[in-house]
Amino acid sequence: MTDLTSLTLAEARDHLKHRAISSVEITRAHLEAIERSGGLNTFVAITADKALQMAEASDARLARKEAGPLEGLPIGVKDLYATEGIHTQACSHILDGFKPGYESTVTANLWRDGAVMLGKLNMDEFAMGSSNETSYYGPVASPWLPPNWSRDRGRAAALSSDKRGLLTPGGSSGGSASAVAAHLCLAATASDTGGSIRQPAAFTGLVGVKPTYGRCSRYGMVAFASSLDQAGPLARTVRDAAIMLRSMAGPDAKDSTCSPAPVPDYEAAVGRSVKGMKIGVPKEYRLEGMSSEIDALWARGAKWLRAAGASVVDVSLPHTPYALPAYYIVAPAEASSNLARYDGVRYGLREPGADITELYEKTRAKGFGTEVRRRLMIGTYVLSAGYYDAYYVRAQKIRTLIKRDFERVFADGVDAILTPATPSAAFGIGEKGSDNPVEMYLNDVFTVTVNMAGLPGLVAPAGLSSDGLPLGLQLIGRPFDEETLFALGETIEQSAGRMTLPEPWWA
Amino acid sequence: MATDRASAKLIKGATGDWEVIVGLEVHAQVTSRSKLFSAASTAFGGEPNSHVSLVDAAMPGMLPVINRECVAQAVRTGLGLKAQINRRSTFDRKNYFYPDLPQGYQISQYKSPIVGEGEIQVELTPDQSIKVGIERLHLEQDAGKSLHDQSPTMSFVDLNRSGVALMEIVSKPDMRSADEAKAYVSKLRTLLRYIGSSDGDMEKGNLRADVNVSVRRPGEALGTRCEIKNVNSIRFIGQAIETEARRQIGLIEDGGTVEQETRLFDPTRGETRSLRSKEEAHDYRYFPDPDLLPLELDLAFIDAMAADLPELPDAKRMRFMADYGLSAYDASILVAERETADFFEDSVNQGGAKRDAKAVANWLMGDIAAQANAQGVAVADVGLSAASLARLVDLIGEGVISGKIAKDLLVRLFADDRGADPRALVEAYGLRQVTDTGAIDGAVDAVIAANPDKAEQAKTKPGMLGWFVGQVMKSTGGKANPQAVSDALRKRLSV
Repeated sequence: MTDLTSLTLAEARDHLKHRAISSVEITRAHLEAIERSGGLNTFVAITADKALQMAEASDARLARKEAGPLEGLPIGVKDLYATEGIHTQACSHILDGFKPGYESTVTANLWRDGAVMLGKLNMDEFAMGSSNETSYYGPVASPWLPPNWSRDRGRAAALSSDKRGLLTPGGSSGGSASAVAAHLCLAATASDTGGSIRQPAAFTGLVGVKPTYGRCSRYGMVAFASSLDQAGPLARTVRDAAIMLRSMAGPDAKDSTCSPAPVPDYEAAVGRSVKGMKIGVPKEYRLEGMSSEIDALWARGAKWLRAAGASVVDVSLPHTPYALPAYYIVAPAEASSNLARYDGVRYGLREPGADITELYEKTRAKGFGTEVRRRLMIGTYVLSAGYYDAYYVRAQKIRTLIKRDFERVFADGVDAILTPATPSAAFGIGEKGSDNPVEMYLNDVFTVTVNMAGLPGLVAPAGLSSDGLPLGLQLIGRPFDEETLFALGETIEQSAGRMTLPEPWWA
Repeated sequence: MATDRASAKLIKGATGDWEVIVGLEVHAQVTSRSKLFSAASTAFGGEPNSHVSLVDAAMPGMLPVINRECVAQAVRTGLGLKAQINRRSTFDRKNYFYPDLPQGYQISQYKSPIVGEGEIQVELTPDQSIKVGIERLHLEQDAGKSLHDQSPTMSFVDLNRSGVALMEIVSKPDMRSADEAKAYVSKLRTLLRYIGSSDGDMEKGNLRADVNVSVRRPGEALGTRCEIKNVNSIRFIGQAIETEARRQIGLIEDGGTVEQETRLFDPTRGETRSLRSKEEAHDYRYFPDPDLLPLELDLAFIDAMAADLPELPDAKRMRFMADYGLSAYDASILVAERETADFFEDSVNQGGAKRDAKAVANWLMGDIAAQANAQGVAVADVGLSAASLARLVDLIGEGVISGKIAKDLLVRLFADDRGADPRALVEAYGLRQVTDTGAIDGAVDAVIAANPDKAEQAKTKPGMLGWFVGQVMKSTGGKANPQAVSDALRKRLSV
């Protein structure tokens, strides 16, 4: 038991249950690891005192045999989740100093089940980004070193403010991904509007689950695009992700879009046979100019599932090419309205002005970063009189067609769909999107369809690129059939072999 | 009838007659304990910002959850308006920035309202009524209130009203005069109060109207309309329409054209002023609220609401005329407030007896209404019970007191003898009227003896009889039975 931070969540749970370790010990080990990880810039707030208090309380419950499913397990929380009395800013300047007097349902569920909060994790501002570079708190570095970089070169770059050259962990849940991959927490909450859980999972060799829309309550999550946002976990194994999701999910009267359906025991689905399952491989996901590496990974994934007794069939999702453009209309449109509340009047940043209009303009100009401002302007534009039908209404029609594509495939008896998670492995900080934001948006090409259709998606690590960087595969399931994804995900995990995460060069 | 109505309402301009076309958007606060999408209280008059939930203040991550009672109130109102109840309706966001709008958008029903087309019968006079079409009724959130008079340099915001449920009831442009519009609003208000879906209290701002006005030459196509925002009394609605119609007629007759715009009515200066032109109109960027699922109503719910609906004013008026033999005029006055109507029926039917309905109605519409008016309260709140009124009417019917004494008795019942039993008061004050013919004859003889010349005149001028009755009543301290006095006089004077 030399390194408590290298345990999986499930292992740590079992050790705690048998009292082989204490929650205070494992919490302290993670706090120490966080302390040494400043160069990665994963945490924007560390709640050490609270963590230790929670750990002590967990140990007491463990001693009394009153342990919850996550009792004593230290985890990180994306800054998007409202945590009572604790820094909650969605990594935006406009929420300067905001500490809510309330707790999000998802985090409340985690604390109810005994989890211990280590702190708040960095993210793209308001979850708008695919590289964690839009955060007001600066970029997050991936624990994976760029090809052929020495530890020293990595450490030097990590100490620079722009961290140029280091790899991004993806986004928007970059802090969550980086922290879990660097063993700074056993697992973390994340959120996914267009791929913000799954793309970082692929980039950092983790398992990420975006559950069915409505599976987790959105109450207390800072909204980006309400019809697409879903909470989900980032973890190091499929089992860990299943354990996390079971606690995070569940009915909530405070969110009208949250499903009343009871939450199944996801962990029980891990290890379940996939024999006889029918897996669809959609031809539209084979993009022109896609690297042969990704193609090969995809084919390998199909082979593994076949070897485990599933059948793999070609399917067609004909409206896939329209998903990304439609997504970049729907999501900014909702965001332009959701973010109107940040006006400097009631909380957060306020820049005084001669009158109310000037106060709004100055506060919002200073409080929002470039990418957020861009999307708010796109969103305002597409909802404007005269453009609404041409953009928003058409995008919604496309959304319906995308949904129908999936429904048809599932109606044909397909149990899940296998696709690549991302078009490439992780890229460098400062490398993409500065001249053309669309370059960055293309990262989400395989993931946005799932949000548009409201379906569950799971990304599992499936191998390394020729440069030695992690690559992931995505499984898309029927609504509320996360269990099938956990079963299939574990098959891929087992077939690919457990990924060895990087040594802590940053410490 | 339609042409009569039209020609009667025409406005004379310098160049001929004009017809005014009016449509109203009435905003009525829904009667409910909590707000449309939050559990905060809707109570009026709390300390500023004391009825504000996290949702109302638009804190990050807060979500709206529809209040079932507000939905029920909208359905009840729709049923009362004989309107189409839409089994499926949706909520949209109306986006604009204002300090008293914390979310930066108002949740409203733009595309698919909960209630569709309906109709309301509006009485203009006891024997003339019009039908006004209802275009739709939808649910929406109220905004907060900006307070500009608290500091010389700052404005304050009170969010107590923020998120309170409103019903916006949109009429068709079916009204042709200020009087029709006023009658429509009072009838709508009566209906809402009957149903209990809004108290219609205009002084508290719980009922206000946006008034759409246009003018045209009779028979021509509709003119360009202007919308007068937020008029908050029935009287001002009438004044605003008249003022605006005159302005538009003057403008057109001077060779100008009416521009579609939003205007404000200034009652102190008696004018409407431009607020913003069509070009300056807000682009509200409506879109479906993704935080809310479509509102779906099952038939059983709608049926339950329908079964629960109280008797509405039109039906009650007809019944009062049929069951109690009231005139159309009396019946329509009595049903205007549900509590007054109940007071009337309670009084008539007290103790299982069915007493003189017309007498009860007259007391209610006469002395009691005057007293309520003087106190500034509703008739039902005047401090007289239905039992007391019933007893009063019984005492007159039994000949125990005269109408005159009853009036005096009422004054006592409204003052020091509030709540006392009228019958006991009659005994206590010795107000029992004199029906003893001997005593009355004596009094009659005395008055005739004192006025021989007038008695002579009365024989040829029967109109003099009233004067004699008055004299006898005076001499008996009002306690003589007026009918007996009259009979005795007729006999003595042989008229």
